[in-house]
Amino acid sequence: MKKINDIISSVNSALTVEDCQYPTINVPVEQLKNVAKKLFENGYDFLINLTGMDYKDSLGVIYHISSSVDKNAMVVLKTTTDNRENPVIPTVSDIWESANLYEREVYDFFGIRFINHPDMRRIFLRQDWNGYPFRKDYDSNPELNPVPLENQTIEAMEDVPTLTVNKDGDLVANSKPLFGKQEYVINIGPQHPATHGVLHLRVSLDGEIINKVDPNFGYIHRGIEKMCETKTYPQILQLTERLDYLSGTMNRHAFCLCVEKAMGLEVPARAQAVRVIFDELTRIASHLLGWGCTCMDMGSITAFIYGMRDREKIMDIFEETGGGRLMVGYNVIGGVANDVSPKFVDQVKEFIPYMRKMIKEYHTLFTYNPIARGRMENIGFLTKEQAVALGTTGPVGRASGWSCDVRKIEPYAGYDKLDFEEVIRTEGGTLDRYLIRLDEIEQSLRIIEQLINNLPEGDFKAKTPAIIKLPAGEYYQRVENARGDFGVYINSTGEKNPYRVKFRSPCMTLISALDPLCKNEKIADLIMIGASLDYVIPCADR
Amino acid sequence: MLELDKLVNLIHEGLTSAMPEMAWLVSLIEYVLIGVAFLAVYCVLALVLIYVERKVCAFFQCRIGPNRVGPFGIFQSIADMVKILLKEIIAITKTDNVLFKLAPFIVLTGSLCTFGALPFGKGLQGIDFNVGVFYLLAISSLGVVGILLAGWASNNKYTLIGAMRSGAQLVSYELSASISILTMVILAGSMQLSTIVEKQADAWFIFQAPLPAFIAFVIYLIAGHAETNRGPFDLPEAESELTAGYHTEYSGIQFGFFYLAEYLNMFIIAGIATTIFLGGWQPFHINAEWASGFNSIMDYIPSWLWFFAKVFALVFLSLWVRWSFPRLRIDQLLKLEWKILMPISLINMLVMAVWVLIF
Amino acid sequence: MEVKDISIKNMKTEDFKDNAYLEKYVEELRQGGVNVVVGVLDDIINWGRSNSVWPLTFATSCCGIEFMCVGAARTDFARFGWEVTRNSPRQADVIFVAGTIVHKMAPVLKRLYDQMAEPKYVIAVGGCAISGGPFIDSYHVVKGVDQIIPVDVYVPGCPPRPDAMLYGMMQLQRKIKVENFFKLPNKPNREKETSDESSTTQSK
Repeated sequence: MKKINDIISSVNSALTVEDCQYPTINVPVEQLKNVAKKLFENGYDFLINLTGMDYKDSLGVIYHISSSVDKNAMVVLKTTTDNRENPVIPTVSDIWESANLYEREVYDFFGIRFINHPDMRRIFLRQDWNGYPFRKDYDSNPELNPVPLENQTIEAMEDVPTLTVNKDGDLVANSKPLFGKQEYVINIGPQHPATHGVLHLRVSLDGEIINKVDPNFGYIHRGIEKMCETKTYPQILQLTERLDYLSGTMNRHAFCLCVEKAMGLEVPARAQAVRVIFDELTRIASHLLGWGCTCMDMGSITAFIYGMRDREKIMDIFEETGGGRLMVGYNVIGGVANDVSPKFVDQVKEFIPYMRKMIKEYHTLFTYNPIARGRMENIGFLTKEQAVALGTTGPVGRASGWSCDVRKIEPYAGYDKLDFEEVIRTEGGTLDRYLIRLDEIEQSLRIIEQLINNLPEGDFKAKTPAIIKLPAGEYYQRVENARGDFGVYINSTGEKNPYRVKFRSPCMTLISALDPLCKNEKIADLIMIGASLDYVIPCADR
Repeated sequence: MLELDKLVNLIHEGLTSAMPEMAWLVSLIEYVLIGVAFLAVYCVLALVLIYVERKVCAFFQCRIGPNRVGPFGIFQSIADMVKILLKEIIAITKTDNVLFKLAPFIVLTGSLCTFGALPFGKGLQGIDFNVGVFYLLAISSLGVVGILLAGWASNNKYTLIGAMRSGAQLVSYELSASISILTMVILAGSMQLSTIVEKQADAWFIFQAPLPAFIAFVIYLIAGHAETNRGPFDLPEAESELTAGYHTEYSGIQFGFFYLAEYLNMFIIAGIATTIFLGGWQPFHINAEWASGFNSIMDYIPSWLWFFAKVFALVFLSLWVRWSFPRLRIDQLLKLEWKILMPISLINMLVMAVWVLIF
Repeated sequence: MEVKDISIKNMKTEDFKDNAYLEKYVEELRQGGVNVVVGVLDDIINWGRSNSVWPLTFATSCCGIEFMCVGAARTDFARFGWEVTRNSPRQADVIFVAGTIVHKMAPVLKRLYDQMAEPKYVIAVGGCAISGGPFIDSYHVVKGVDQIIPVDVYVPGCPPRPDAMLYGMMQLQRKIKVENFFKLPNKPNREKETSDESSTTQSK
């Protein structure tokens, strides 16, 4: 806190630091750039989240910034602009690389343009979309934006508008094409077996060598955050699961934690333990699917089927207790939906040794296979600096040597009392990203083993009021899901539904790592690198 | 006993005696009969192979595989055939129309012609050239022309990349496949397939010169596997990269031709390997005094059965590899050929020459 | 042919729901009576088609994962001969619309459908594909894929269990089994255009 005060007052003594959940600074637009630079120079090199806001009378942006060195440090910057007609804010994408996509998102949703941002295309919606849907005065009449039956033209996809300041201090809007006329550009996706969803990659090729990758998002943009604004908190829970369906339980957990934190609700010990077991089982299931898809992308369909076969065991456990398979719907605000099934403990105890045995088989079948090794070694290196700049958390960040496990940094749900290692590798190559998932499965098994042997007795759910209302304010909760740092930002005005909800998706930053990773690699490596990043597109598109 | 050569002779004699004056008509009828027989066997084999592949694949993947259509799902591929025959063929406007339609036929013709030259059993060979090996090598690489045409004529970036990969792959692997076969020609001293098979009556070539022949056999299997465009060498149709590779734009029976040819190529490669390394239709003999009883029991099994048994054993091996290994990358694929297989097979040819001189 | 005769191995007709709907469909198809030869040929063709339905690998979100499960070892759809998933729409017979279709994706889905060769079928998997499901309030979600392409079978659920998808597949098989090859296609979208014509040409 004092450190932050020193940093801020060194920029401008008029700025003050508010003491909310995290130190919060309201910065005028003109000084944003200076403050951001100063923070970055003082070690705040990890931009966790960037949220656009519509305060009705003004538009604004909220920056959640942390550090890769001093991991607990977190600071929140807020800036607003009163101009609703033509709002502009200076970009921070030259300071934090990960801001690039976030700012495009804010432009898409709120119409705020960022000065000097290299690429001000709409990110999720089509370029010809009318209006900015997240503004409170958005006209949601479906006739304004009917279901289109023609694809966007290539020109619309490739024409990159920018906003710069000229010598006289006036704003100038420019546009330039993304690819040169001579470039051999192929479209991978949106319907392609290897993009793990509906990601659309435009790849410029020189023979088999990749020059540039341009990810196009939005083919599964469902507007979940906007929908949250009209739903009550318990209703939102089911939407969080469908963000990143492979770590649905963890996303739901994050939202529950955020609401519980805001309500000041104490979760019973038994519920916490069960939640953690479910989280870790989900993590295993997700990593198994990730492993299987990596193998399948390499052409080894048998390995994929093996991964799915073992994943079914976890699905069985979920089904027995939670009732659902993929969408368990088990975490609720205050605890879990119902007590665990009588079979639960036995099932889990049976599963742990089985899974340990299977991991050995995976290594024999695939990891030690010379062809697989040849495909994964020496490609797609991500340095730690790049990982921090791009904000690629989770297994990808840890494979590059960046210790970024939220379970260790900001322990929640009793993770601090558990004994497990944060698996960290140093190389940052595709093979490391592949191996780290299998290692994490073993750590997850360790966590489950500790909990299942002494599951606390007691209530499975705390008492909650019939209508859940959060006190006015802002709340942020981070959770480590299978892909990285998943964050929930809730802005409440004291109503039964939130004023604004923002999910920090780990997948979007993972996709932004595709371009730097794939440069000068072969097209077959693009698939491998994509598989090793293991992104889920609906999580990125939200 | 159950040999089919007697049947062939019977037909020939019957026809000649019925129409002694018109030898040309007899020949014509025989040609047509042989053609029909080959086409029928070709199609039936393709159906069987497709079914076998699906069942074997299911077995490797802890699944059941087709089991609804007929007992154990044996009519599954027939249902597929009925479906694919009646599927719409999409005419695409921006393609090179002639080449687009020609390509599947070239691929099919290539594999069918090779198929015709294989000695299936005693007296069961469509055509017996004195340069049979040469013919096999020449005609089996015709398929690549079809693939290149398909990729080019489809006017699609994916198919083009797939076809180019396929071209590079087939041209490269053709070399070591040919050299390993030539190694065996040195041992056989003949290029005529019937002679090659005859010479293996006492012991298969792979046992006659164990070291060089075995190396040649393994290299041929790898190279042949690569020529069939099947995993781990299925880069031209690498699903995860190129959707369906060179045949992305083909539908209906045109795609069916590619599909058929792919499976038959697998059979043909196994067939050539069987003929040249594993004694063709010759039964397994132990060349020793004490084993004469064993040898006569082996002789009891009809020759075509021997041939198919050996071929299917090799096909199973190929499926095993297909469903176990991940896919190579294009540079690794070419490196494997030019830096490993090619030098080894050249040296192996020398070794074989020396072997033949010494023994 | 009555619905009772549509045989699916190991499943009784009574086990299926929506038999009334299928009966009505069959009645419509058989209005002019069936020629014996044509009927037998139809049966053979429908047998082939219904037992060899190759799906397109298409998934947009959650349901796609369950679709993978259908293909995996536990609920193996290879038993029905469906495991030949084609990546090229030209070679696929059925498209499982597994997941939400949003505005930006709608033209892509339509193009995929247009690229498929006849006969082609569509199975809408999950609430999102049927009606928009949990995202029906969203500004960017298409409220049911039947707004874009004609759907043959709806499989409800969010996401549906693999068993439900198998059931949906069998329902599609039943639907294919009553088709008339020697008539204009019975796709719902074509029916409107050809309804006048077909009533006169049906009795050939």
